[in-house]
Amino acid sequence: MSQPASHTAAPLRRRPLWLSPRRRRDFWVFLLFAGPNIALIIVFCWRPVFQNIQYSLLNWTLGNPSAFFVGAANYLEFFRTEAGHVLWTTLVFTVITVGASLVLGLMLSLVLNRRLIGNTVARAAVFAPFVLSGVGVGLVWVFIFDPVVGVLSIILRMVNLPVPPWFLQPGPALAMICIVFVWKNLGYCAVIYLAGLQSVPADLMEAAQIDGAGPLRRFFRITLPMLSPTTFFLLITTILNSLQSFDLIRIMTPTNPGTTTLMYDVYLQAFGGYNRGGYSAALATILFVILVIVTLVQVRFVEKKVHYA
Amino acid sequence: MSTLDDELNGERVRMPRRTRTAAATRSRASGRKAAGTILGGYLPLIVATLIVALPLIWMVLGSLKSPGEVVTRDLVIFPHHPTLDAYTQANHEVDFARLFLNSTIVTVIGSAIKLLLALTTAYALVFVRFPFKQLIFPIILVALMVPAQVSIVPNYTLIAGLGGVNTYWGIILPGLGTAFGTFLLRQQFLALPTEILEAAEVDGASHFSRLFRVVVPITTPTIATVALVTIVNEWNDYLWPLVITNSAHMMTLPVGLTLLHNSEGDVSSYPVLMAGAVVVIIPVLILFAFLQRYIVAGLTQGAVR
Repeated sequence: MSQPASHTAAPLRRRPLWLSPRRRRDFWVFLLFAGPNIALIIVFCWRPVFQNIQYSLLNWTLGNPSAFFVGAANYLEFFRTEAGHVLWTTLVFTVITVGASLVLGLMLSLVLNRRLIGNTVARAAVFAPFVLSGVGVGLVWVFIFDPVVGVLSIILRMVNLPVPPWFLQPGPALAMICIVFVWKNLGYCAVIYLAGLQSVPADLMEAAQIDGAGPLRRFFRITLPMLSPTTFFLLITTILNSLQSFDLIRIMTPTNPGTTTLMYDVYLQAFGGYNRGGYSAALATILFVILVIVTLVQVRFVEKKVHYA
Repeated sequence: MSTLDDELNGERVRMPRRTRTAAATRSRASGRKAAGTILGGYLPLIVATLIVALPLIWMVLGSLKSPGEVVTRDLVIFPHHPTLDAYTQANHEVDFARLFLNSTIVTVIGSAIKLLLALTTAYALVFVRFPFKQLIFPIILVALMVPAQVSIVPNYTLIAGLGGVNTYWGIILPGLGTAFGTFLLRQQFLALPTEILEAAEVDGASHFSRLFRVVVPITTPTIATVALVTIVNEWNDYLWPLVITNSAHMMTLPVGLTLLHNSEGDVSSYPVLMAGAVVVIIPVLILFAFLQRYIVAGLTQGAVR
């Protein structure tokens, strides 16, 4: 029964599809074309996620060859000590910046959407801060906010208003970072909203106008609902953006506890002089989980609207 | 009727009644409309533009001032004797020419490799047969979700272990894997008519020449978009270069500016800091001014369709 069938059967059997010369060539071409990029992504994006989890279970000083296993101690320490403060700061920062960027961005887009002379120039101008170096922008605003020689302080004194201690106290420091963050990101929201506005059908607006709906009513009953996919997209991208913000905080308020967001704490614990590799990895893992949750919400709700293919 | 109506009627004496009232209503409406256009249109437009522009103008003015014009509690808007001293002083304190060179090297090499990788990966994903190809795209997409912020400690350990601290390759390598460009180009390639590539395949063109002779020439706007966004991101990149360099000789511009900021404690150094900000901001601003169409398109891609 167990004859060596291969000798007789092999030449008759058709070769599997994946063994055809063209398929085989395609296989190698694919590896050559896409392989390096995929390898880089696996090594520098995927591996760190898993290695963070491993590091987060260690008491390990960055640069030290030895470390010992401490289980969940890093996480427990975070939640027992600074979690309340850091997560609250992150939440406040995110809510303020996202809310302000969206509301002001929408208002700006309504203006940009009107047929006005020079609004293409204005559109480019308000978008510009979004592409500028966070470090450069941060320095400019440090100069403006300087409590003694800053132009803002000089103007506040001229009109007899108190100058908040922007750099010394937690509250004003957070407010300052929020203002600059919104300044930098507002144009992005406005331009995205503008694209959304231009897809609101004009005949719908005309019909409402004929029916006697005033501008406010039209805005709240037609424009805003029609823009809800845009709002949702911006909500997610702006949340992700502010969760990751680093440049402004590092330049403007590097040591102020009022602006220590979760992301900034990841950096501070590892590279701010403490060299706490394991602890920082635990924070990075928490940050990653938050980013995944936000992104999953997006994928879950926008799947039907954003086409990846 | 209203006084405005009476006035207008008085002026246009010989008009038939119906036309007169119509014209009056129209001009009253257009008067209100003009006021609305100014208050609800031009005024906010100008205010928004000024809010963006003034800090940047203030930066340039600040860089041209002398320390004495900055260390004052009075408002000095224009420098009395515009001077480039701040730039020479900045160059003296941190080697600006060197920082600029480092940033340029990192940006040019990094962007070139990223663009090439994005092109070949997107082409392979769309046009080359491969088993389980559907499973590969998500691997790349997830990278969009893992920012440098999450991966600094493991990447630092790896690169530092390989001796990459204070080297160009150490700065460039971890950021090379590109999801953004691949994603954008893949979308563009999927929209191409397949006949063109089938014709090239029948002619016996290799994948390599199909990519560079057929696909690239007809997708140049998207490639330009990816290239520009990549260049801007590389130039502005801060966190990773900050972590992986500690010698002033190997720092990029944003990192070097941090050094300048830290070393300069007192307020008289603002002109020097503004000179630094000008050097890092103005090149991108110029690029943006001329090519903003591509940059905006790239950065807002995927939002509305």
